Amino acid sequence: MVSDTVSTTSNGPAANQNSSIEINGLYKIFGKRPKHFMAAVKEGMTKQELQEKHGHVLGLKDINLSMQAGSIQVVMGLSGSGKSTLIRHINRLIDPTVGEVNVGGQDVCKMGTKALRDFRRHETAMVFQKFALLPHRTVINNVVYGLEVQGLPRDKQESEARRWIERVGLAGFEDNYPNQLSGGMQQRVGLARALTNDAPLLLMDEAFSALDPLIRMDMQSVLLDLQKELHKTIVFITHDVDEALRLGDRIAILRDGEIIQEGTGQNIVLEPADEYIQNFVKDVNRGRVILAESIMKQGAHPGAGAQVLVHDHLEDVARMLSDASAQAVNVANDNGQVVGHLDLETTVAAIVKQEKRHTSSDTQFTI
Amino acid sequence: MDWFTEFPAMEKSALRALKKSIDGGFRAWTREHGDTVETFFEPIKQMLIWSEKFLLNTPWPFILGGIVLIAWLASRSWKITVLTFVTMVLIGYFDMWDNTMRTISIMIVSTVVSIVLGIPIGIAMSKSDVVQRLITPILDVMQTMPGFVYLIPVVMLLGIGKVPGLLAVVIYAIPPIIRLTNLGIRMVDKEVLEAADAFGSSAWQRLKNVQIPLAMPTIMAGINQTIMMALALVVIASMIGVKGLGQPVLQAIANQYFTLGMFNGLAIVGVAIIFDRVSQAYGKRLQAHSEEVHGK
Repeated sequence: MVSDTVSTTSNGPAANQNSSIEINGLYKIFGKRPKHFMAAVKEGMTKQELQEKHGHVLGLKDINLSMQAGSIQVVMGLSGSGKSTLIRHINRLIDPTVGEVNVGGQDVCKMGTKALRDFRRHETAMVFQKFALLPHRTVINNVVYGLEVQGLPRDKQESEARRWIERVGLAGFEDNYPNQLSGGMQQRVGLARALTNDAPLLLMDEAFSALDPLIRMDMQSVLLDLQKELHKTIVFITHDVDEALRLGDRIAILRDGEIIQEGTGQNIVLEPADEYIQNFVKDVNRGRVILAESIMKQGAHPGAGAQVLVHDHLEDVARMLSDASAQAVNVANDNGQVVGHLDLETTVAAIVKQEKRHTSSDTQFTI
Repeated sequence: MDWFTEFPAMEKSALRALKKSIDGGFRAWTREHGDTVETFFEPIKQMLIWSEKFLLNTPWPFILGGIVLIAWLASRSWKITVLTFVTMVLIGYFDMWDNTMRTISIMIVSTVVSIVLGIPIGIAMSKSDVVQRLITPILDVMQTMPGFVYLIPVVMLLGIGKVPGLLAVVIYAIPPIIRLTNLGIRMVDKEVLEAADAFGSSAWQRLKNVQIPLAMPTIMAGINQTIMMALALVVIASMIGVKGLGQPVLQAIANQYFTLGMFNGLAIVGVAIIFDRVSQAYGKRLQAHSEEVHGK
């Protein structure tokens, strides 16, 4: 259950190869005359200066990001960091001030009205933070929405919708109104609506943020299970670092409209780019994020008591060490070859490193 | 110091000339285009005549049954249905049936005209701030101008009778439906609209599937207001020859017939209450989906 998040990136099915996303030099300035201030912003005018002197808001600044087809790209940041603005550029709910958003080689920003509508109908689907369901429609009539807009025959709409309603665990609720469902169930409707569209690109804007922690975990599992068979390109916005680490194949961190770090969850936890990110990840359960291969030492250990895999998390490694009451374990790759080893000291140090620095009450680490 | 104690008004002769020339101009325009305008309103006139004939020529038990049935179908409430029945029976018993039918006829036609014109105008206003800025002051004038004043040009143009009466009623009653359609659409949840866009809705699909349905409670409130205002203008409209409950009221004012005025006034109140309760209950029933809320 712990290890299902990691690295399904590279070998997605060929069908989805054309839904990779390439964002180049994207800027968004909110205000009356955004173009007017572009040059100044490019020359280094700060967000604060732009706001105080000119009353314009710098929403996104020089975003360059490439997202691989078939993977989950998380965009993380606090509120006001521009993450929701960023995701809305991918299906152009927001127009950029300058820049390109290429999806499968096509620049979304250059599409005409009709091309854009077709792109939204067939290539993308979106899940919203506050669900954004149609309150006057039953669950089934909400879920068919994408296909209805496409103009498919009604029986086809319904059979597709019923399949996905069942898949997200809402069978039996087809004729309920959204109001009658709990938040978690409403977001299942939102997810089913997006999946019914059968688009290669799934945009999720803080999709689980409005849910209780337990239900959120539950929904994350639903999403990961689905992704294992669907291999969609998913862009997932969140402010929750645990969610980001659990879901993201790659994570981009935004602050004040700029990407300040981009990489795998491992990268970000092990090598935070600055203090801001360090603060972000300080409460992360590192044992469940860091993989054995990230910190292992080269070569086999003579006194190794057991063997773990490169993709095992440190928590599992520590448990193995403790169970075997050994000084070290060997680390094997997928072919069973031993490629390194981990000793108790390294493992524990890697798990507790960050916490030691920030709190004094972390002395309970006795493994 | 004359200018200090008395406002330096325009010279009397000049003012008279100004009024005369405006009146003359309008009269000339009326003479020239009166026929065209009349032909333009011909369909509405036929509609008015037809609906009045229908209500008056159909034997009363059918009409009574029909009204009670509509009240039941729209409200699904025994209370409102019984109230409707009793009110209509009392109206008939006190010999006001025919006048009530005439009033209901013009009220229904003017409400239909108001809805058919008002909702598209309201939608246009909601789509564009410019249109909103242009139309809002016109609506303000329509609502604050004393009813009698805009009867004058209407009468000059079309004489007295049903159509000018209908025009007066529509001018007075249409602002709420326009305003509330505009307001209702503007209040639609932005995220739901975003969702509609994100799935590639066309402007028409967005309007039909999201904006109108979500604005419906507000639009229904507008329709309800429009009906009430149409009824309120019935008395004034009777001054230009609209037959109905208004005429006896007018007669009662002129001759100080207290009871006659009271009876007809109460009949108007009764009809108003029926239409108000039934249309409100119908509006509420349309919103049934929002009633059973999870966890309550």
